[in-house]
Amino acid sequence: MLAVNFLLLSAALFCFGVYGVIARKNAVMVLMSIELILNSVNLNLVAFALMNDNIDGQVFALFVIAVAAAEVGVGLGMVLMIYRNRRSISLDELSEMKG
Amino acid sequence: MVLAAETAEALSSGWFLENAWLIPLIPAIAFAVIIGFGKRLPQGGSEVGIASMTASFVLACGATYQWIQRVHSAEGHGEEGALGVARGFAQTVLPRASEEGGHSLPYVEPVIRNWTWWQNGGLELTIGQHIDGLAIMALLLVSFISLLVQIYSTEYVKGDRRYTHFFAALTLFSAGMLVMVLAESMVQFILGWEIMGLCSFMLIGHWWEDRANSEAALKAFWTVRVGDVGLLVGTAIIYFGASEWAQERGSNGFSIQAISGWAMSNDASQTVLLWGSVALFIACIGKSGQFPLHTWLPDAMAGPTPVSSLLHSSTMVVAGVYLVARLYPVFFSGLDILDSGVNLIAVVGGITIIVAAALAFVQNDIKKVLAYSTVSQLGYMMMGLGVGAWTPAVFHIWTHAFFKCCLFLAAGSISHSASHHSFDMKKDMGGLRKFMPITFATWMVSTAALCGIPFFSGFWSKDEIIDNAANNNYTVFFVVGLVGAVMTAAYMTRATYLTFFGEPRGAAAGEHHGDDEHAEEHELEVATVGGDMAGHGAVLADADLFASAASGSGDDHGHDGHGHGDHGDGHDAHDEPHESPPRITVPLIILGFLAVFSGYLLAPGAPFKTEYFLEWVEPRGVEVDDVVFTPSGEASGHDETAEAIVADGLVIGTGGFGRAAPLPTAESGEGDKGELTGCGFDKPTDGICFAPKVPHAEFKWSKAMISIALVFFGIAMSAWICLGVYGGRKNPFAGLTKRSRVANAGHRFLVNKLYLDDLYEKVIVRGIAHPIANAAYWVNQHVIDGVVDGAGRRTRKTGVWVYKNVDQRVVDGAVNASGTAASETGHALQPVQSGKVNQYGALLFGAATVGAIVLILTNV
Repeated sequence: MLAVNFLLLSAALFCFGVYGVIARKNAVMVLMSIELILNSVNLNLVAFALMNDNIDGQVFALFVIAVAAAEVGVGLGMVLMIYRNRRSISLDELSEMKG
Repeated sequence: MVLAAETAEALSSGWFLENAWLIPLIPAIAFAVIIGFGKRLPQGGSEVGIASMTASFVLACGATYQWIQRVHSAEGHGEEGALGVARGFAQTVLPRASEEGGHSLPYVEPVIRNWTWWQNGGLELTIGQHIDGLAIMALLLVSFISLLVQIYSTEYVKGDRRYTHFFAALTLFSAGMLVMVLAESMVQFILGWEIMGLCSFMLIGHWWEDRANSEAALKAFWTVRVGDVGLLVGTAIIYFGASEWAQERGSNGFSIQAISGWAMSNDASQTVLLWGSVALFIACIGKSGQFPLHTWLPDAMAGPTPVSSLLHSSTMVVAGVYLVARLYPVFFSGLDILDSGVNLIAVVGGITIIVAAALAFVQNDIKKVLAYSTVSQLGYMMMGLGVGAWTPAVFHIWTHAFFKCCLFLAAGSISHSASHHSFDMKKDMGGLRKFMPITFATWMVSTAALCGIPFFSGFWSKDEIIDNAANNNYTVFFVVGLVGAVMTAAYMTRATYLTFFGEPRGAAAGEHHGDDEHAEEHELEVATVGGDMAGHGAVLADADLFASAASGSGDDHGHDGHGHGDHGDGHDAHDEPHESPPRITVPLIILGFLAVFSGYLLAPGAPFKTEYFLEWVEPRGVEVDDVVFTPSGEASGHDETAEAIVADGLVIGTGGFGRAAPLPTAESGEGDKGELTGCGFDKPTDGICFAPKVPHAEFKWSKAMISIALVFFGIAMSAWICLGVYGGRKNPFAGLTKRSRVANAGHRFLVNKLYLDDLYEKVIVRGIAHPIANAAYWVNQHVIDGVVDGAGRRTRKTGVWVYKNVDQRVVDGAVNASGTAASETGHALQPVQSGKVNQYGALLFGAATVGAIVLILTNV
C-alpha cells in the first residue's frame, strides 16, 4: 500500500533523526536531526490524513512546520550564544545542567 | 375596593386617622438623627427633637379632629339607620336603644391598620395602629407634654455635657410611649413598653457620675423588670386563651381587639382570664408604681427635673394604667369588676392611695412629695378602673398629666432659679412667692387642681372616681377615696407652705448652706468639668464628707445639680432667687392654663354641656354582629379570605374588623347597678362585645359637697399644723414628735418608707439571693470545679500518652521516613543528571520507545 510506504519512510527518517540526536556532538547537527524527527512526524500526519480522508492531519502538519521553524530559530540563537561564550559548539563540553 | 368605599362612606375617616402610625415613627427617626448627627448641629440636636415632637403633636391634633368627625358620623348614621335598613350590610344601626333614651351611643369602629412584622411558624406577628378614643387621647396628651418638656429642657439642661444624649433619650422615650399607645397587638405593646423602660433607665441615670443617681436608675429598671415578667406571662396566657377564638375570625391572639372581643365572649375561660389579668396587673403594679412596687418611683427623682416631669407624671407611669384601660374587657371579666364586692385592682389602688399620701407628709424633697403624690394619684386611677369607673379613671389620666407636669416643672423652675439646684424644701426654700410670681401662680393653680378644689380640672376627674365608687356599691373604696382626697389636700398644703410661704431659708434667702461647701464644690466643678471622669466620683465623695463635716448637718440629699457642670454660668447668677427665663415659664403658663380648663371635657356640674370626653373617648359597650375579620387589609395578601368573606355577604373594613351593625341591646338605667345588663353582664349570644358597658354615676352637687368639705378641712388642718410645726406658732402640734413617742414612732415609720426598701433589700434580696448565692458558690467549688479539675487531669494524662506514642512515634516517624526516602531516591538518581544533552535525548527516546512498545502491546 501507498500508506505503508509513507509510514516506512517516516520510520526511517525518525530513526536517522534519533541517531543524530544521540550520536552527534555538533549542536547544529543535533538541531538538524530534530528537524528530521519533526518532518518524519509530519509525514506520518499527512499519511494518516490521506488514509482517513480527513484534512485535519494536513492542517496540523502545517502547524508543526511553523512551530519547527520557530524552534529552529530559538535553537540556532542559543547555539550562536554558546559559540560566542565558549568558542565551541561541541555538546560534549557542555555539562552545566549536571544535577 | 367597593366594600372599602362603602365602609368609608359609612364611617368617616381621614388621612390623619389612617396614618396615625407616623406619630411614633417621626420621633423614632428623630432619635436616630440626634444620636448620629446631633453633636454637629448648632443646637446640639434639641431642635431635631422639638421639631419631631411638634410634627407628632400636629399629626395627633389632626387625628383627634378626624376621630371626633368619625364619632359624629357614627352617631349620624345611628339616627338615620331606622330609615336605611335597605342599605343592606353596610352600617345599619338599629336604633332601638337610642329611642329609649340615655347614652346608648352606637359602636364606633377603631381605625386599625397593620403590617406583618415577622412570621413564626405560620403565626403572623403584626405591628400597626389601633386608633380609638383612648389611643387618640393618649396620643394627644403624650405628644403635647413631650413637646413642652423638650422646650423646657433646652433651658434647664443648658450646657450639660450630655445635652445631645439627653434629647435623644427624651425623644426615643416619647416614641416608645407613642408606639405603646397606638399598639395594635400585644407584641407591639410590649415593644413600646420596653423602649420606655430602657429610656427611663438612661434618663434617670443621666448624671450617672453620682453613685446615687446610677443606683436610682438601676432600681427603677429592675423594679419595673419584676413587673415586666408579669406582662410577658400575661400576654402568653391571654394569647393561648384567645388564639382559637381569634383564629376562627381570621385574627390572632395578640391582636388587642381580638383579645377584647374574646374576653367578653362566651368562649373565654374564666380561669384563663383570671390568671391572665392577674399577671398583666403585676406588670401594671411595677410600671405604674403601685403598692408594693412603688419604691422605685420616688428614687427616680434623681433624674433631671424635666425627666421626672415627663416620665413620672404623664407618660411612663401612666403606661400601667393605660394597659388596664386598654385591655379593660380582660380585667373586667377576669376580676369580676362590678360583679364582686372587691377585686385586686381596686384593693391595690386603694392601698396605694393611702400609703403614698401618708409617705408624702414626711418628705423634705419637693420632688419626692410630688413623686409620692403621683403614686397616690395613680392609685386613684387604678382604683377607678377597679371599681368600674373607666371613664373617670381615664379622664384622671388626662387632667393629672397637665397639673402634675406643671407641678414638676415648677419645682424644676424653683431649683433652677431660686434655690441653687436644691430640692430641699426645709433648708433651701420658703417665701418664694415674692420672687417667682409666675412659678408661684402656676404652682397654686396646679395644686388646687391636684387637691380637687372645685372648678379646677382635678376636681372633676377625682370627684367622678369617688362618686362612681359609691355608685357602684364600693363603699370601702368610696371612703378610701375621700380619705385620700383629704390627705392630698393636706400634704400639698404642707409643700406649698414650705416652698412659697414663711421666711426664705438657705439658698432661697440668698445664702449658701455652708460657704466652705460651696467654695469646695465650685473648685471641684472647675477641676472636674471636662476633666478626669474616673476620678470624679471619688472626689465628689470627699467633697460630700467635707461638706457635711463643715455644715454640721448630715442630711444632704437633693442636690441634683451639683458638680455636674450643668450650670456653667457660675454661681453669681444664683445668689438671689429670681423668676426663671421664658423657656421655663411659658410651658408652665400653658400647663397652668390647662390645669384649670382641661377638666371641662367632662365636667357634669358645669352649667354648659361638657360631656365630650364621654362621647369621644369611652368605648361603647354595644353588642355588634359577629363577623369574620382579616387581620390585615394591607401588606399581606389575604385575597382568599377576603373573597370568602364577600361570598358570605359580610363586609370588611379598610383593615381590621369588619364593620358590624350593632344589635339592639337592652339598656340599663343610668347609675343603677341593680339592673345592669348588656355587655359585660350578659355574655353576648350572637354578637361580639368589645367593651363592657359601664355605669355612670349622676353628678350632684350635694354628693360633691362631701368631698369638697373634706378637701377644705384637709387644707385648713394642714395649714394650721404647718404654722405650728414650721411657722413657730403655738399650737398643739408644735414639737409633737418630740413630745409623743407614738407620734415619733409613726413619723419614723413613714420617714423610713414603711421599711419597704429594707424589706426588699435586706429580707427578700438577702433572704433569697444570699442562700442561692451560697449554694451556687458551693456547687461551683465542689461540683463544677471538681468536674473541671477532673477533666483537666484526665486530659493532661491523655495528652502525655498521645505525645509519647502517637505524636513522637507515628506522626514524626512517618514524616521523617518520607523525607529520608526522598533524599535516598534523589541520591540514587543523581548520576542520571549528567548534563549531557545527548544522554538526555537518549533517555527521552528510550522512554518514548518503551512507551510506544507498551502502547502497541496493549492495543494489539
